[in-house]
Amino acid sequence: MRLSPSRSRLSRRRALALGAGAALALAAGFKPRAALATPDDVKKWLAGIGPGSPQGGKVTIGAPEIAENGNTVPITITVDSPMTEANYVKTIWMAADGNPAPGVARFDLTPANGEAHVEFRIRLAQTENVIAVAQLSDGSLWTASRPVKVTIGGCGG
Amino acid sequence: MASVETRLKVPSAAKKGEIVQIKTLASHPMVSGQTKDSNGKPIPRDIINTFTCSYNGKQVFKMMLEPAISANPFIAFPLRADQTGTLDFVWVDDNGAVYKDSAQITVT
Repeated sequence: MRLSPSRSRLSRRRALALGAGAALALAAGFKPRAALATPDDVKKWLAGIGPGSPQGGKVTIGAPEIAENGNTVPITITVDSPMTEANYVKTIWMAADGNPAPGVARFDLTPANGEAHVEFRIRLAQTENVIAVAQLSDGSLWTASRPVKVTIGGCGG
Repeated sequence: MASVETRLKVPSAAKKGEIVQIKTLASHPMVSGQTKDSNGKPIPRDIINTFTCSYNGKQVFKMMLEPAISANPFIAFPLRADQTGTLDFVWVDDNGAVYKDSAQITVT
């Protein structure tokens, strides 16, 4: 994918600085780190979303089956729903059950989006499950999850 | 703090009612707060925590980011083109720094 070059490209100096940073981060990644989230933490995190428990369906997560680099795992979330003023997807959450903290992101959508679909990239510390929850404008909660195998963990999620 | 650059991919023209894909990228290290420096001191968290997109002044999309979002956060989402106007994009990081970008879309 090519984004329009509306801003200047990386300077050599900045590229070097980034490289050095990456090396540091990599070194740090091999040290023991804080305890990772557990499925119980995810349950707690889910409870924090609001009342009611989500039912399976409507939500589709796109993720690689095997992510070689846990630092950038491409994710898509699509919710099967109209996007009209009367009936739309209000909020989508994502969590991961093996990261230092379960929360990954929250998206607030509007009917102006036309479709309920988001794309982004996440860090996964290890092989773990990613979980998406969507809340529709009628208040109903829907969920999906899928495992992602991670070859090299993203340091510290 | 390194300078943060933002990049957008927004179609310049669309038919009324068409759903277009908006792609954004901010060059930000997204320091998770989990890493340590060479002396073993934790590096304080510094991430972009909020991203919003407004269409002619009305917020149409918002993302709250956690440290589990990759460095140089890429965010893509659809938008129904219904009027000619401006898309304003705002990224806010943990230090309160605000980064802005905008794009024009002509709807016919």
